[in-house]
Amino acid sequence: MRRRFLKRLGRALPAALLAAAVFGPLSSPGAQAAEKVVRMIPGGDLKILDPIQNPSYITRNHGYMIYDTLFSQDSNGEIRPQMVDTHSVSPDGLKYTFTLREGLKWHDGAPVTAADCVASIRRWGARDVSGRLLMAATASLDVVDERTFTLTLKEPFGLVLESLGKPSSNVPFMMPERIAKTDPTQQITDTTGSGPFIFKKDEWVPGNKVVYVKNPNYVPRSEPADGLAGGKVVKVDRVEWIYIPDQNTALAAFNNGEVDIFELPQADFIALLEKSPNVKLAADPLGSQGWLRPNHLHPPFDNPKARQALVHMVNQEEYLAAAGFPEKYRLKSCAAYFMCGAPWATDAGGDAVLAGQNLEKAKQLMKEAGYNGEKIVVLTPSDPPVQAAAAMVTVQNLKKMGLNVEAQAMDWSTLLSRRAVKETPDKGGWHIFHTYSVGFDVVSPVVNAYIQGSCDAAPSGWPCDAELEKLRMDWARETDAARRMQITEAIQKRAYEFVPYVNFGQFFQPMAYRSDLDGLLAVGIPVMWNVEKK
Amino acid sequence: MTYVLKRILAAIPVLFIVAVIVFLLLHLSPGDPAAIIAGDTASSDDIERIRRQLGLDRPLPEQFVGWLWRLLQGDLGVSVFTGLPVTTMIAQRIEPTLWITFLTIGVAVVLALPMGIVAAWKAGTWIDHAIMALAVLAFSMPVFLIGYLLMFGFAIQWPLLPVQGFRSLSEGFVPFIRHLILPVLSGGLIYTALIARMTRATMLEVLGEDYIRTARAKGVGSLRLLLRHALKNAAVPIVTTIGLGIALLLGGVIVTESVFAIPGIGRLTVDSVLRRDYPVIQGIVLVTSAVYVFVNLVIDLLYTVFDPRIRY
Repeated sequence: MRRRFLKRLGRALPAALLAAAVFGPLSSPGAQAAEKVVRMIPGGDLKILDPIQNPSYITRNHGYMIYDTLFSQDSNGEIRPQMVDTHSVSPDGLKYTFTLREGLKWHDGAPVTAADCVASIRRWGARDVSGRLLMAATASLDVVDERTFTLTLKEPFGLVLESLGKPSSNVPFMMPERIAKTDPTQQITDTTGSGPFIFKKDEWVPGNKVVYVKNPNYVPRSEPADGLAGGKVVKVDRVEWIYIPDQNTALAAFNNGEVDIFELPQADFIALLEKSPNVKLAADPLGSQGWLRPNHLHPPFDNPKARQALVHMVNQEEYLAAAGFPEKYRLKSCAAYFMCGAPWATDAGGDAVLAGQNLEKAKQLMKEAGYNGEKIVVLTPSDPPVQAAAAMVTVQNLKKMGLNVEAQAMDWSTLLSRRAVKETPDKGGWHIFHTYSVGFDVVSPVVNAYIQGSCDAAPSGWPCDAELEKLRMDWARETDAARRMQITEAIQKRAYEFVPYVNFGQFFQPMAYRSDLDGLLAVGIPVMWNVEKK
Repeated sequence: MTYVLKRILAAIPVLFIVAVIVFLLLHLSPGDPAAIIAGDTASSDDIERIRRQLGLDRPLPEQFVGWLWRLLQGDLGVSVFTGLPVTTMIAQRIEPTLWITFLTIGVAVVLALPMGIVAAWKAGTWIDHAIMALAVLAFSMPVFLIGYLLMFGFAIQWPLLPVQGFRSLSEGFVPFIRHLILPVLSGGLIYTALIARMTRATMLEVLGEDYIRTARAKGVGSLRLLLRHALKNAAVPIVTTIGLGIALLLGGVIVTESVFAIPGIGRLTVDSVLRRDYPVIQGIVLVTSAVYVFVNLVIDLLYTVFDPRIRY
């Protein structure tokens, strides 16, 4: 009897062991103890590796992992040296001399040289909004020795360090000279950087996984990490970005402990995540700004009065509530074109925003603009939730104003292509689309690309206003902070007359992370230095 | 052998026509990868420069001939976005899709054949009704719903299995199978229902044949009668259904892959379509068409195994 039992047990045991292994605990603690791995669900799929050619945030975030910058912005918005050891400015303010820190190396072991940095600045300067301004003001960029280079200006330019320490797209990341010589509109293929992590191209599966390992040769600064500045001390061995496009699956994977960080949970998950005991939320203190962009080329929005009508039409709370942001994560109302709570915030000219929605006034302005019942084409995306919700609120409000509105539904990629079409709306063009930007990209008249009035050189919508452009250039040249604030106010007053775009609200997108992580920097960019896994 | 060769040669014009149609559909539909790459702050000039870099400014016939010429040399091109060769991207993604497809069909066959046979054998009884009711239920539930329910039950309420991802067999059998149980089950239920219903219907027809009555009268046992005499003769439509199931799964696996975040061909297709990555979409459609042609050929050859009267 006993022998038969043992025989049966012997037969059943392998199956039981296999079942235990298959349905056992999800993680293997032994493996994690050997290697500290942080896994993050990124906000997008990394498909382009060149942060100069492509300004998408996911590519910028990739840039922060593998590249380093000459200067960085700290948590107070101050520009601090990063790769630069010392720098000086000539008494006339026209010549900047930069000396690199000792011991900086590329991932392939070669030393970082001044020639690499000069080539990198030139490539970035051909692509970025503030980089172009800096290059236009620059007479020469010269290598002095292995670690020193100079930047000589043609005319005073108040934003040399601010531009070189620009925190968001396009970030002036430093690359080896051989790579930085690539045409700025052509994607680089070599991912050699000098940043705190090394990209594992052999493990990269676009649409699924991006892997970085600690750069053993990275020499961090001695100061503690502060914002994007200070020492980039890496405390984990490996970082994996696991792209999960379905938000429900992403939330389930995060709650299940399969990942440590959920970079951009959709707004209606925020309340749920706040209640979870093992989860912390960190929102970028600067936040993001929503943009309603009218097309300046075609009636009725070629008339400033029609664009002013849109300012009166917008109720910022309505837009952000529709996108799902809880009250804590949105501002009731913000009149500042350059982000409320930021150094260049002002209410100048923003009375219409502060007074709140006024559809009657909006209707009257549309009438004065000569609106005659023509169809208004609103590009309505189906996928990114903030843009989709904003488009629907606009459509609703325009209908309330009695306008003839056509909401053209499409996926985001089609919208990106459609908004580049300059034809009239009946020939494939458009009247209005919506997008948003993180605060870093809006925070001053120079970095805010959508406030440009540079006609064809401006992003889709093509506002054309010489006065606005002149004020922006004055702002860039000005070196005195008080005077610059006055120019900021003048720019904003002009912006509310001309209305290059309408701010539909300031919101704070939190990043969720598991409570066994420490040292995560809430800077609006998921940087992985300073992060510790308990 | 001649037949196989003929079929392979016949597939070439089919693949060519598919290639032409896909190329035209993609390039005539709205969307511009250059505008996507250039990003939010790009000017019209930036977009135009990127378009030139990608060769998208050239006339369509020139682009098509260039693509076809490279294809004849075995080169499917390079992704507009990632810069990776299309063959590499497909190779990275083919393993999960093939495993899901064949395991799903395998599980469906293992479950569905006995269900269909028993339902036919016990036709009209409560067993038949119960099996068919289950089949209707499984058939009526969308794959994503089954997926989310399974995920909620077995990954969240009882955290026995992972929510998402894929592990290659080379990383070990246990992690491999743990990541496949839920996707295979969620995708497999519909095919189980489909094959069970088809098996029941064909078995009912065969079980009414004279030779079955004769075999019964001669005292052939039930199991032998069902498996050796009835099932073999009912196999042709069942094999056809399984073949169609494989073809449908290759196209439909996208839902399973999306719900469980599995990096397969289905998700690569959707991602590429959404960002207008023309070379990748064209490559996938060609490879998938070739797989369809191959699966059809295998099914046709299997007919000769189950029905010796069929000759090519």
